[in-house]
Amino acid sequence: MNIIWLQGVTCNGNTHSFLNHPHLATLLDHFTLIHHPVLPCAHTLRAVMEKDLPCDILIIEGAIQDNLNRADHDVLGRIIHYAAKANHIIAAGTCASFGGIHRQIDPEHIGGLVFQGDESSGPLMAYRDKIINLPGCPIHPEWLANVLLSLRENRTPKTDALLRPLSLYAYLVHNGCLRNEYFEWKVDAKHFGTKEGCLYYEQGCQAPYTHGSCNKILWNGVSSKTRAGTPCLGCTEPTFPKRNLFETLTHMSIPATMPEGIPKRTYLTVSGVAKSFHIKRLESPLIPKKSDA
Amino acid sequence: MARPSNKERKTSIMKQALELFSKEGFYSTTMPQIAKKVGMSVGNFYNYFNSKETLAKELIRYISGILGEEMRTINESKANYKDKIHAVVTMYFEMATKRPEMIQYFLRVYLSNREVFEDGCEGMVCVSDFVTEIMIFFEEGVRCGELRDQDFYSAFGLFMGYLGGMAFLNGEKILPHALKSYRDSIAMNIYNALRTYP
Repeated sequence: MNIIWLQGVTCNGNTHSFLNHPHLATLLDHFTLIHHPVLPCAHTLRAVMEKDLPCDILIIEGAIQDNLNRADHDVLGRIIHYAAKANHIIAAGTCASFGGIHRQIDPEHIGGLVFQGDESSGPLMAYRDKIINLPGCPIHPEWLANVLLSLRENRTPKTDALLRPLSLYAYLVHNGCLRNEYFEWKVDAKHFGTKEGCLYYEQGCQAPYTHGSCNKILWNGVSSKTRAGTPCLGCTEPTFPKRNLFETLTHMSIPATMPEGIPKRTYLTVSGVAKSFHIKRLESPLIPKKSDA
Repeated sequence: MARPSNKERKTSIMKQALELFSKEGFYSTTMPQIAKKVGMSVGNFYNYFNSKETLAKELIRYISGILGEEMRTINESKANYKDKIHAVVTMYFEMATKRPEMIQYFLRVYLSNREVFEDGCEGMVCVSDFVTEIMIFFEEGVRCGELRDQDFYSAFGLFMGYLGGMAFLNGEKILPHALKSYRDSIAMNIYNALRTYP
């Protein structure tokens, strides 16, 4: 299958993330890279812009901007050309999916392929049925590999309303988080970077309402943000990026955003009761600091 | 006449027990006293509540449920927060006037004899119906921009401490006027203390 990987307005983060795939070479053996901005490939960017090259899967990295020129050609025009040819179009990362960080500076002229935030519109609407969004800032390399291999087997993933594959995004990042015991008993982490405590109450963690399988399919096979002690920043959602990402927005000490699908009254009742019990095992460090030993 | 159901007997016991506990206090009230007031043998009485502590915990859940239901009605109304605060004060003072035993039980038994509630009524376990609605009241007030964001307990203490204090003074017959006559000024004080700055 022939792949063309083109870039809009991007930091190259998705390209670099993809390079971290542990079996990249083996994966790419199954495909022909017609063009990629970094990896060895069959054709230059100028050739892609000037010729009509084969394209089964079009991968777009970065947000789409009006009047963006590369190699003396209008990028969007060439994206539309290959979109018409391709069987599948993959939006690699949040910027191509929803506009992401780059959209913040000029939401009128910079956005995703078929979504502006969560609003369904964009320059590729005519090809919406071919599009698979793989948001993430950056994209998870394993998620892209998973989708590419599925497409190679003629299996098109089922997607949600934001065109994200259900097998990867139906879950919440909260699912599989090693801190769930602390979430259950409402024991907060007082700093980020620690191994114990829940990051939802004070450290800004958005995992309970962010779709993605970061804690099921680990990054680099070993870790995730919450495992490393950093809050989930909600990067797979059309609302990304928000502000003050390391603080939980609260109203009178109550988290302003409830875990996905949990009514506020239900959540407050359960969490209030859970917090009433002090679980000593969790409230003091499981592994004492050196200075305490 | 049909015999009262088990649930009706239980509610009847709780109402009588509330009156005794709120007047005499937890330790001075005995199970035989409550049984006598209900018109039941002590032996039969224990079929409904196996200890005074169990009864005390059931009572605080009962009161929390009633107050929570009232608060939920106010939460679900479309009124602005000035009117909602007035509605909470009105509800609380009416409760303290018409069913003083409920508020007195809360102040004189639940808050004063914490040791009775240690096992099974920790924290907000037995008052969650009411406290959950208060949380929703404050959270939505901040969300809609009418109330100022602050620590939950700063606002909770100001609101409930104030109302509880007035109910206590009323119960002690210290207030020169009827509790109801303080309603408007207290509602305005609370609103001014909690609202966003102009």
